[in-house]
Amino acid sequence: MPETQHVDPQPGDLLVLAGTMKGAFVFRADASRAKWDMGGPYFPGSAVYALAYDNRAGRNRIWAAPQSMHWGALLRSSDDFGRTWTNPEQANVKFPEGTDAALNRIWQIVPGRASEPDALYCGVEPAALFVSRDAGETWSLDEGLWNHPQRPRWEPGGGGLCLHTILLDPDDPRRVRIAVSTAGMYVTEDGGASWRPSNQGVRAEFLPDKYPEFGQCVHKVVQSQQQPSRMFLQNHWGLYRSDDRGESWNDVANGVPSDFGFPIAIHPRDSDRAWIVPLESDQFRCTPEGKLRVYRTSDAGAQWEPLANGLPQANAYETILRDALAVDALDPVGVYFGTRNGKLFGSRDEGESWTELADGLPPIVAVKTAVVT
Amino acid sequence: MPLTFVVSGPLRELAGNRGELRVGGSAPDVAEALSLLWSECPAFRDRVITERGELRPHLNIFVDGESIRYSGGFATPVRDGAEIVILPALSGG
Repeated sequence: MPETQHVDPQPGDLLVLAGTMKGAFVFRADASRAKWDMGGPYFPGSAVYALAYDNRAGRNRIWAAPQSMHWGALLRSSDDFGRTWTNPEQANVKFPEGTDAALNRIWQIVPGRASEPDALYCGVEPAALFVSRDAGETWSLDEGLWNHPQRPRWEPGGGGLCLHTILLDPDDPRRVRIAVSTAGMYVTEDGGASWRPSNQGVRAEFLPDKYPEFGQCVHKVVQSQQQPSRMFLQNHWGLYRSDDRGESWNDVANGVPSDFGFPIAIHPRDSDRAWIVPLESDQFRCTPEGKLRVYRTSDAGAQWEPLANGLPQANAYETILRDALAVDALDPVGVYFGTRNGKLFGSRDEGESWTELADGLPPIVAVKTAVVT
Repeated sequence: MPLTFVVSGPLRELAGNRGELRVGGSAPDVAEALSLLWSECPAFRDRVITERGELRPHLNIFVDGESIRYSGGFATPVRDGAEIVILPALSGG
């Protein structure tokens, strides 16, 4: 096994957590974000699609979801930035008896709101939502979603039937929105007891009915924390904005080279600003024209501008997956993304210029950020 | 005679770096033998079988040298003192 390096973060430092097909890595910089150290690989050989940082209730905890092809998937956590990890005796996220289901992969870990410091949410494949109310010690399947009458008609996309997005409404602790490929978005307003599809205006190019109630291939959804009615959505064909908390969606693919792509990120304080990485067609799924360009809107999708300063503009056939783009909370905002070719890029000026943080990593499937407290 | 389980990878780590475990008790088949193993090493169970009670697809179990995939699965008979080997399959990418 490879030798593992570690980082030594201090309060105020920035972490970029990178999940890959062969393990997880932790990048650390001080608030200037000028120089980066790398820790890892953690869980070498296991795919890590889900990572999170939990600093609530005095914690400094990294969560990771290594998936071994041989031994299965489980959630593990570290309170010392990766030097040691929990290794629970029993799989902590598992389908209960009677569901006739088996966990394949954990796709998303989301710490709960500040008002629920011991809550954690987990999206998995096959598509289901798990919730913990004791800081990750025990987990329960959300039965309301699992028993939804439409679930038998959900179909897997290329990545499997995965619940990959969990949005906790900042205004209402009982309202949660999730997205599944391929089922679309569902929302609960009673804390998970009941769910309804919420895909009005989102196209399903691959179905005879282009605007079905459910069945869309939603790739990623983000919600403004400052203005929660504002959301953006990158679809399997289609780029959308909602101004009514996801109840309806309008196409805002204005001036992008392709409205196909996977990730989308929103500014933590400016609800008009978001970033995407368009890909050429759902057949090729690489950056158009061999140019690696991030696109940014600063006017809620009326226009999108390419950001390429510092990114390769020739023979750059890259793929950026749904969770491989993230922003930090600093000012100006930092933007980070990883590619399937194992390159990790970062910008500390909201995308105006880019530097390569790492090259030669295994295929990157997840990028998350955190400011160490 | 006790059954001998030979394990590798993370199972070995979970067993205190023991690659071989001797487990007493009577087990007519693999399912019963594994139950004895889970009693000895509870952490093995979720790593070897899924919630549906199936052997994980990229693991193999051999009883006295024969893969249970070709000898009856969990119903494969186990003789007194058998050697049961749990190995990751030759897979990956």
